[in-house]
Amino acid sequence: MSMTGQPPVEAFRVSQLLYDTRYRSYTIQVFALAAIMLAFAWAVDNAVQNLEALGKDIDFGFIFETSAYDINQHLIDYDSTSSHGRAAIVGILNTILVAVLGCIAATAIGILAGVLRLSGNWIVARLMTVYIEAFRNIPVLIWILFTVAIVNEVLPGVRSFRGPEGMSGLFFDSVFITNRGFYIPAPIFEAGSAVVGAMLVLTIAAAWYFGRWARVRQAATGQILPVFQIRLAILVLPVLVAFFAMGSPISLEIPALKGFNFKGGIYMRDSLIGLWLALSVYTGAFIAEIVRAGILAVSKGQTEAAYALGLRPGRTMSLVVLPQALRVIVPPLISQFLNLTKNSSLAIAVGYMDATGTLGGITLNQTGREMECILLLMAFYLTASLTISAGMNAYNRRVRLKER
Amino acid sequence: MKLKTTLVAATAAVAVSAAAQGATLDDVKAKGFIQCGVSTGLAGFAFTDSNGNWDGFDVTFCRATAAAVLGDANAIKFTPTTGKTRFTALASGEIDVLYRNTTWTLSRDVDLKFDFLGVNYYDGQGFMIRKDMGVASATDLNDATVCIQTGTTTELNLADFFRANNMNYDPVPIETNAEAQQKYLANACDVYTTDASGLAATRATFENPGDHIVLPEIISKEPLGPLVRHGDNAWGDIVRWVMNALIIAEEKGITAANVDSMASASTKDPEVKRLLGVEGNYGEMLGLAPDWAIHAIKTGGNYGEIFEKYIGENTAIGLSRGLNQLWTKGGILYAPPFR
Repeated sequence: MSMTGQPPVEAFRVSQLLYDTRYRSYTIQVFALAAIMLAFAWAVDNAVQNLEALGKDIDFGFIFETSAYDINQHLIDYDSTSSHGRAAIVGILNTILVAVLGCIAATAIGILAGVLRLSGNWIVARLMTVYIEAFRNIPVLIWILFTVAIVNEVLPGVRSFRGPEGMSGLFFDSVFITNRGFYIPAPIFEAGSAVVGAMLVLTIAAAWYFGRWARVRQAATGQILPVFQIRLAILVLPVLVAFFAMGSPISLEIPALKGFNFKGGIYMRDSLIGLWLALSVYTGAFIAEIVRAGILAVSKGQTEAAYALGLRPGRTMSLVVLPQALRVIVPPLISQFLNLTKNSSLAIAVGYMDATGTLGGITLNQTGREMECILLLMAFYLTASLTISAGMNAYNRRVRLKER
Repeated sequence: MKLKTTLVAATAAVAVSAAAQGATLDDVKAKGFIQCGVSTGLAGFAFTDSNGNWDGFDVTFCRATAAAVLGDANAIKFTPTTGKTRFTALASGEIDVLYRNTTWTLSRDVDLKFDFLGVNYYDGQGFMIRKDMGVASATDLNDATVCIQTGTTTELNLADFFRANNMNYDPVPIETNAEAQQKYLANACDVYTTDASGLAATRATFENPGDHIVLPEIISKEPLGPLVRHGDNAWGDIVRWVMNALIIAEEKGITAANVDSMASASTKDPEVKRLLGVEGNYGEMLGLAPDWAIHAIKTGGNYGEIFEKYIGENTAIGLSRGLNQLWTKGGILYAPPFR
């Protein structure tokens, strides 16, 4: 007979679900889950019942019907004979456009303002504090309305450019800043521009490769090359040579006033500019604080050690402080990008036709399919947000501290 | 049910009504007031005066309805609605009747499940532009920037008009009339388009109304009238017949001033007697007091009086009766017989 030394296995008793702490948490979770599912089922059932009482069914058929309305800014072909589905895609692309532009500008503004707020220069640091506090503490909708109102009311009208004594545009009469938006020259690609484009791709690859080579060389020998200047030369010179060798195949289409509006060139409408500007300075203020927090999170000893090694302040920031600060900055930065994307749905307040303006606005109104439109809209914003999250999380995994 | 309603409306943005199934009249009587949806502000049609009270052409029709049902023209709660929010407000029961320059169309009547009860203003879509632009016709508007109220039939008419005439335009969608006015005056758009009555009303509030013209083309039919939720016929009948009563009153020469003396049997016209509840039991049929029409007419007078007071030729808005003249005087305003 041998003793196993193990306590006898007790049979499971139902009362353990309540009195045994090992099992009690399962009990609570099961009940909580059941309660949530019940509440959800009730809400759905209630919606279905009440829609039925109103005589409304859930039907997504309207997506394929003719929309019959026009959209001012469409990145793909669209007119009033297109379907509601295409109108929704036009809106979604407009949302993506302003979100991408906004994220880029907000990041640039945020990093600049965040670094400057830590500047030793008293005036610069205080100015940045004022900017950050003013923009963070006023609702973004107000900023959007404000910027568009400024564009509409302050900038000159299109008509003031008319006639011989009218105003002339900036940059040799090629850029026109009006209260309907900005008209800028558009590139026209003629035969041979493919060669220039190919050359550009090649030079980018070459510049990248040179950068890598210079880093390896620096690590091996300690010598620092003027990387920036050399890269610039690699980028620009061959492209210029190709451009002239092919007989200048790329020209600029200059906007010109014809009839009611400027024709030709690229038109950035007032609502896009106002929305973009407001979203980026607003979100930029938040990002500035995140950047400042990230920089302050890097121990001062790191900076001092870098100085002791003889690194100049600029290099200290870019080589020592920022790479470490990024680990702190990136996670909250994700949520700022998400905020910016979601805030872009305020676009309708200034007549920018984003997804909320087309699918959740005119389409909803003209078809009367509230439930379907709002569901689709929620699905879109959810997808967009999760995509941004996934991308930024992947980046975060790359920069985070590798523990070995 | 109330909580249920709030919950679903909040979660799914679909408004659902407790009162959708036909008891609006009972609800109104129990509450003691009517909920009326009006425009967020359109000179002459719906605006707040210096004391913050709602007034205007559409507002007076709302008040007349309240007077007919409850005997008090002030027993009313006004809800300003935009082109986009109006239908949800009505479907959800937030308002009982919508008097907001709303065009009667098939899809709204059938697909959106509303009942249009008649026309209190026959309108059409027009264009307003600065005089010094030198444009004389809407067919010269190729490539113009057009300000337009979103969520309206004008949005669709505009697309049709420009497509039919092979012209391009740049639509600037705007939420309310006030914003559109600001954009137009800032020259952010060349043209403002909406119902011709709305254009006249908007122009009347400009600093220099004479600098702007309404182009001669009227590109659509816009019969504007009141609407209620589908399926509540008793309530719809009341709103319809209050409006008809005001039109009949003009036909018969009954005004706010003489309605009392007309009612005291000095008249021999049997239709007037029926209308004013002296003969017959028409009020009972509608579920109202016998003198409902007297209350309605006393509110702001008959149709003609209301028209002249708020939007007629002697006001800043200066609209002529045109189509909205009685059928006996060359217009198409025509109420079914009161019998």
